[in-house]
Amino acid sequence: MAPDDVVRDSLAGVVHAGGGRVVFDKDHRVVLSATAGQRGRVGVVSGGGAGHEPLHAGFVGPGMLDAAAVGEIFTSPNPEQILAAISATDGGAGVVLIVKNYVGDVMNFEMAAELAATEGHEVSLVIIADDLAGRNFLAPDQRRGLGGTILVEKVAGAMARDGAGLEEVARAARHAAAVCVSHGMAVTGPSTGDNGPSFTTKDDEFELGVGIHGEPGTELCRIAQTNPVEKLLFPMVEALPAADAYLLITSGLGGTPLIEVSHFHAKAMDFLAKRNINVVRHLVGELITCLDADGVTCTLAGLDEHLLDAWDAAVDTAVLSW
Amino acid sequence: MVHEWLACFAERVETGRGLLNELDRFIGDGDHGTNMVRGMSAVVALVPEPDQGISGYLRQVAMTLIRDVGGAAGPLYGTFFLRACGVLAILPEPSHAVWCAALQAGVEGVAERGRCMLGDKTLFDVLAPAVDAFAADFVDPWGAAARRADSSRLQTADMIASKGRAAFLGTRSLGVVDPGATSASWLMAAGAEVMPSS
Repeated sequence: MAPDDVVRDSLAGVVHAGGGRVVFDKDHRVVLSATAGQRGRVGVVSGGGAGHEPLHAGFVGPGMLDAAAVGEIFTSPNPEQILAAISATDGGAGVVLIVKNYVGDVMNFEMAAELAATEGHEVSLVIIADDLAGRNFLAPDQRRGLGGTILVEKVAGAMARDGAGLEEVARAARHAAAVCVSHGMAVTGPSTGDNGPSFTTKDDEFELGVGIHGEPGTELCRIAQTNPVEKLLFPMVEALPAADAYLLITSGLGGTPLIEVSHFHAKAMDFLAKRNINVVRHLVGELITCLDADGVTCTLAGLDEHLLDAWDAAVDTAVLSW
Repeated sequence: MVHEWLACFAERVETGRGLLNELDRFIGDGDHGTNMVRGMSAVVALVPEPDQGISGYLRQVAMTLIRDVGGAAGPLYGTFFLRACGVLAILPEPSHAVWCAALQAGVEGVAERGRCMLGDKTLFDVLAPAVDAFAADFVDPWGAAARRADSSRLQTADMIASKGRAAFLGTRSLGVVDPGATSASWLMAAGAEVMPSS
């Protein structure tokens, strides 16, 4: 099977599992909500490279994404695919594009937005750059997009379903992106092709500040000297915007048993409780992954009343459903 | 002529796929070779339409690269050829001056699309000096561009990446030649191999 067929056929599996919630534009590798393109409702589109499942296709459905455009493994979808997603979801009220901050993704979504504008679509870009790693040497607009994406997609979907206008949905989504901080760690990188893991560590080591594309982290740490939970969370708490209530997301990176992910989440809760961080909403599981990398990525988001309402609003996707 | 240039580039990318992936594994996500091979195979498979001229053909090349390479390299290489074809539309048999203007427009497009500057450790660090060398050499412009491209490629090892995923490595990106700069140097080398001197 050619590599490009793996991505397409995996999406076909996602669509089967969606049980009528979603439909598949196979030619463009776009997964569409059955309710996409409703007249007068703002469309919510995201997308990115494959290899991060269930992001984004698993979050397509009523109350969240109208469409997800999927590229090759770790490679942005191209402007043609994104344009197909925009066309299919624009019910005349415009489309919000939710983009994780990676150079390739931003370029391709920007090119798609330019093309869409020439075809008469109103489009607004929301860029997620919630990663803490590299905060000492990177400008804020160079930070990567991580698990905050899930909150942003949920908030945008809820606002759009409520009938908010394009700029209102985009503003709420940008606000959601601004209240998130994320941070990841791993002991082994993902295996792409025949080359084995992109990085490995010794028995007592971990990479802190990893992303979701197999690049090593920003710091190599020794487990004997540092508690991984504290090492990961401490800088997040320092950078966290003040709020009365928080959302904590703990996602395995794809090669970590869920028992370890849940264990990590519990330890993170212990750490946060000691610091009076009031976590009121949780997500634990495989949510934003990196093929078979062995590690976790955490996201903390400060929720005001509006964000909490948007998070709690009804949703019906393969991954989130309440 | 341009078709031969790109066919030669495609061959070099195919041969060097492993090296590009390996360099990218040090400082990126390890797929630059795979992505370039996918895109350039599609370019080689393009059937030039009669009467489309160099410009029309390069437009097709650009759209193919944007579609099939993906990632950041697709839009960057695509924009390079898209801007170049805009200039080449003027003359069917481009002179040295027209090629200079076309390549210069391509380089400016790359800087704009990637928001990159010299020293960021990207393919721009090869394309910009190579095109300068092209412009300064009236006897063997493609040879001059290829030589400058090759030395510029090596110089990217001394740069700390500040764009893309490699930026997260900080000083850990030192000592590694940039994969995009490497493929860009092969584009110039392919030009030197098949493009006639003026």
